[in-house]
Amino acid sequence: MNIITNPDRLRGIERRIKVENVSRRSILKGLGIVGGLVLAAPLLSRQAFAAYQTGAGKMPHGVVTDPRVFVAIAPDGIVTIVAHRSEMGTGVRTSLPLIVAEEMEADWSRVKVKQAHGDEVKFGNQDTDGSRSTRHYLIPMREIGAAARTMLAAAAAKRWGVPASEVKAVNHEVVHAASNRRLGFGELAADAAKEPVPNVGSLKLKDPKNFRYLGKGEISIVDLRDITTGAAQYGGDVRLPGMKYAVIARPPVTGGKLVSFDSADAMKVPGVEKVMEVQGWPWPSKFQPLGGVAVIARNTGAAIKGRDALKIVWDDGANGKYESAAYRTELEEAARKPGLVVRKEGDVDAALKSADKVIVGEYYLPHLAHISMEPPVAVANVKDGKAEIWAPVQSPGGTRDDTAKTLGIPEDNVTVNVTLLGGGFGRKSKCDFALEAALLSKALGAPVKVQWTREDDVRHDFLHTVSAERIEAGLDKNGKVIAWRHRSVAPSIASTFAANTVHQAPFELGMGLIDMPFEIANIQCENPEAAAHTRIGWFRSVSNIPRAFAVQSMVGELAHATNRDQKDMLLELIGSPRIVNLSSVKDPWNYGEPYDSYPIDTARLRRVVEVVADKGGWGRSVPKGHGLGIAVHRSFVSYIATIVEVSVDDKGKLSVPRVDTAIDCGMFVNPERIRSQIEGTAIMGLSLAKYGEITFKDGKVQQGNFDDFPVIRIDEAPRVTNVYIIPVDADTPPSGVGEPGVPPFAPALTNAIFAATGKRIRTMPIGKQLET
Amino acid sequence: MFLLTPNGYRQLMKSEETIMIKMKINGQEQSWDGDPSLPLLWFLRDEIGLTGTKYGCGQALCGSCTVIVDKQAVRACITSVSDVGGREITTIEGLHPTGDHPVQKAWRQENVPQCGYCQAGQIMQAAALLMDNLKPTHDQIREAMSGNICRCGCYQRIENAVYLASTGV
Repeated sequence: MNIITNPDRLRGIERRIKVENVSRRSILKGLGIVGGLVLAAPLLSRQAFAAYQTGAGKMPHGVVTDPRVFVAIAPDGIVTIVAHRSEMGTGVRTSLPLIVAEEMEADWSRVKVKQAHGDEVKFGNQDTDGSRSTRHYLIPMREIGAAARTMLAAAAAKRWGVPASEVKAVNHEVVHAASNRRLGFGELAADAAKEPVPNVGSLKLKDPKNFRYLGKGEISIVDLRDITTGAAQYGGDVRLPGMKYAVIARPPVTGGKLVSFDSADAMKVPGVEKVMEVQGWPWPSKFQPLGGVAVIARNTGAAIKGRDALKIVWDDGANGKYESAAYRTELEEAARKPGLVVRKEGDVDAALKSADKVIVGEYYLPHLAHISMEPPVAVANVKDGKAEIWAPVQSPGGTRDDTAKTLGIPEDNVTVNVTLLGGGFGRKSKCDFALEAALLSKALGAPVKVQWTREDDVRHDFLHTVSAERIEAGLDKNGKVIAWRHRSVAPSIASTFAANTVHQAPFELGMGLIDMPFEIANIQCENPEAAAHTRIGWFRSVSNIPRAFAVQSMVGELAHATNRDQKDMLLELIGSPRIVNLSSVKDPWNYGEPYDSYPIDTARLRRVVEVVADKGGWGRSVPKGHGLGIAVHRSFVSYIATIVEVSVDDKGKLSVPRVDTAIDCGMFVNPERIRSQIEGTAIMGLSLAKYGEITFKDGKVQQGNFDDFPVIRIDEAPRVTNVYIIPVDADTPPSGVGEPGVPPFAPALTNAIFAATGKRIRTMPIGKQLET
Repeated sequence: MFLLTPNGYRQLMKSEETIMIKMKINGQEQSWDGDPSLPLLWFLRDEIGLTGTKYGCGQALCGSCTVIVDKQAVRACITSVSDVGGREITTIEGLHPTGDHPVQKAWRQENVPQCGYCQAGQIMQAAALLMDNLKPTHDQIREAMSGNICRCGCYQRIENAVYLASTGV
């Protein structure tokens, strides 16, 4: 196997991979630590095997495919496979090990899954976000499994004194058919471990027609039983001897500071043991803690009660004037003026001027809070210059790095144990809560659990951005769309990393703005300036939420203006089956994937529309007060179309009897979990459309819990959500599943509301807009 | 009794002295002589280590902390320890000795959970519903389960699993 030490060599191998984007430090450090072991060369392995490349190698620390890192076989035959990504409900802790098991011919019922701690040098990139796990790890996990299988087979062949070509691994055994001999994986484990790890280029992957698990049927998640018995371990379930329980009062305004506090009443609360200041960092400071006042107690209930009794004086700072209604006006005014041009094809000004008719849509979407059912929580034990963290983090490697920097200790002295995540949705990509626990544990010299209350979670989130989207579409006299100008204005996630950020980053522009797939002669996308006044972060599907809402609502508006069926209008705008040429865009981003492997393929986009229309009964007659709406969106390099049936009664109360969604996510692993993700995104999509709104007054978040930031409950849930997974061949690169279901839901819903009532919703959430 | 404060140790004041509260949790006797107003949730999780019951909102809005007290579903986050003195409490850990209550079995058959965090509360609510109503309709299930939030959105499967549990797993 190749060990790449010279980045210049790497650069020559694959021009698409920008080596300068890979941390040089990480490459060198990686080699230093693994020493004589093999550090897989992910780019080479892609080259060697797959019909496609992915962006996996560009991620920090890239990919590791050494089977000895990921697979262990006990003498009793139990195969342990490491899951190095975080489980937050997508099923990744099951599906990645399942891929290894498939390829190594392990019997899934004899496989145990072990969660990796945070160590990206050892395991490769562990950032569980961006709907990337399957798309980046399908091939590497197959390579790991194939290498393990090859080593087992080689060990058996040696023992029998036969050529390796005559033996075959089948269902947890290696078989020599000619002599009818067989040895179990457990019997071969010790010898197999002594075999050299095969060169990636020499590995033979299974023929997909022999897959037993991949893409088939129902594989239950490995944690299913533990979840139903209460045994599953989440962040807050970790208990250490002598552990203290803490809650923290944080500055209510982003960038605010502690002036003084009076802890006298708090200290009178039974069970409260200590009140102390927690270090905060000035905003913006990436994921560093906000600071504030911590109450330490013998249990969480006492700590919360103690915090309620604190008297604190804050200095709110410059963001104390942040007010949502005024900010909305600012955004909308910015969207009416020219902004930074980020995509330009043809001459949109001239085309709009010459148009027979111009339709303008202005759409507004407010901040959203993640509110995973498990609020942020972390346990830390810092002692003798070493730190151990237990936390539900999407970024085990980043958490380790940030903990080391925050405490001023070497990264090697930090252990990050990843528990199950009680939901993540992007919030738990930011490890501020773990850093708080580390700081407190260091100060107290004892293990500490920091529990965020729901109010803490809502008020100190890294919120989904707030945005104004304005689309002008020009039609010629035949009703053909000849011009499209989309201005998108929103504070950027980059503002959490760097002060004075006013433009969207390429990864945000690439989420439904510059990658808009319609076949229109004159297209211009602009990004006017917007400053942030609170912490902005990734929220499941990120900027695709506002962009899909605007674009797909405009499709509905155009259909209405030209008296056409929504689906027909949509297909006409998508245009001919083709690969969308994004050469006019400086940085198409494309979710970090090479465009050759993951182009915008309008044939696939059309297909999900056609499949959902067919299976979902588009055009069926619905009762009075009901309506059907459709929307399609490509995000995380997957293609998803949704039809929503809505019912609006005479008082304006809306309900959703039925949802149909078609997803083309390339080669897939566990269809059971794809269906569950899509069912779930219908609920999340309905939540944000119906209720989702975080507002600010005097710089403070005005909501705090499920009463004033409601989400959909079971009695409002769609009666049925049908999911159609587009079958593809095994060479079609896998793409995202966790996030892409969200963006098309809201516009499909509001298009349905328009069909039912004639009312066009342009402001999210729907709230009381339909009430009569 | 003494408390550690920023200024050193101080003696517990009279108002902080408490009485012994006894209750039965999952068939075992438990007692608490701390703050009687401590929410049952934190007593379960932090004091006696029954962490299957989850914190979600602290205001009885989400149902993650649902336990059964004398056959009734109760939100442990707003129930104080003193409220359950002398009562019998069942948590997810005690619902069935081998974890095979019909609701738990149905949950597994329907592959209900995604992240799983709210599921203990959902299961306890469903178990309480079925004590009260052996054969609930789909509408009754949706009504009875509407106090339990699932942010992952497993509702379709929750509804089907409760129905399955009521009709035989």
